[in-house]
Amino acid sequence: MSLQTPLGRVRGLGSAREGVAHWWAQRVSAVLLLPLSIWFLSWVLPVLGQPYSDARVFVAQPLNAFLLLTFMLALIYHALLGVQVVIEDYLHTRWLEVSLQVAIKLIAFLAALATAFALIRIVLGA
Amino acid sequence: MAVKRPLSPHLQVYRPQLTSTLSILHRITGLLLSLGGTLLVAWVLILAQGPDHHEHLQAWAGGGIVKWLVCAGFYVFVFSLVYHLLNGIRHLVWDAGYGLDIPNAYRSGWVVVVLSVVITALLALRAMIGGAA
Repeated sequence: MSLQTPLGRVRGLGSAREGVAHWWAQRVSAVLLLPLSIWFLSWVLPVLGQPYSDARVFVAQPLNAFLLLTFMLALIYHALLGVQVVIEDYLHTRWLEVSLQVAIKLIAFLAALATAFALIRIVLGA
Repeated sequence: MAVKRPLSPHLQVYRPQLTSTLSILHRITGLLLSLGGTLLVAWVLILAQGPDHHEHLQAWAGGGIVKWLVCAGFYVFVFSLVYHLLNGIRHLVWDAGYGLDIPNAYRSGWVVVVLSVVITALLALRAMIGGAA
């Protein structure tokens, strides 16, 4: 066991040079989400309550499907980055923190896959 | 890690201001949008699955207290998206180095609050006129 404090151990080593990547990724996905969210609020919101056939016709249009896919993938990525920071900030029980960090990555991965499969299937009309 | 250092601000004795309230609201709406996004994925999956599943969903969400809850949850999601979008623009402007002084931080804060409420209300009005939830 070392008597050195954690601060003393890292002092002088410089940064890990990876903190900025997360910061940038969150901003870039935010900029991408600006126009896509406006499109979603303007055009997709009313479709959510429509009957099946109307909703499906809307989503099956290639441009709508493409924009919805881009919106949802950007949203999932941006949400993953955000929730990750929230967990880092508020959860200090180590095993719970690590489990949740892994869980949100799995959920985001599965959500992205499910979205892509579902939208491709709707567009191809199977 | 085991060292107990003092935490700041002390939330129990800290008078909330507009700036700190909007800051935590940005986080809360972000978390709500993550949940809403998950439901959006479910909606797309049900749409791909077929009309039977979609009918189940609409039958489930179509009556009584569930209908009221779904409607309330829907507008919490819409408000969260509008607010997070507008306050996100505010954050990006700050990131670019503008409007960081206290008077401007308050001014942009109130603009975000007013616009969020107005835009959410307009979207609700459109839904009522259009007949869709």
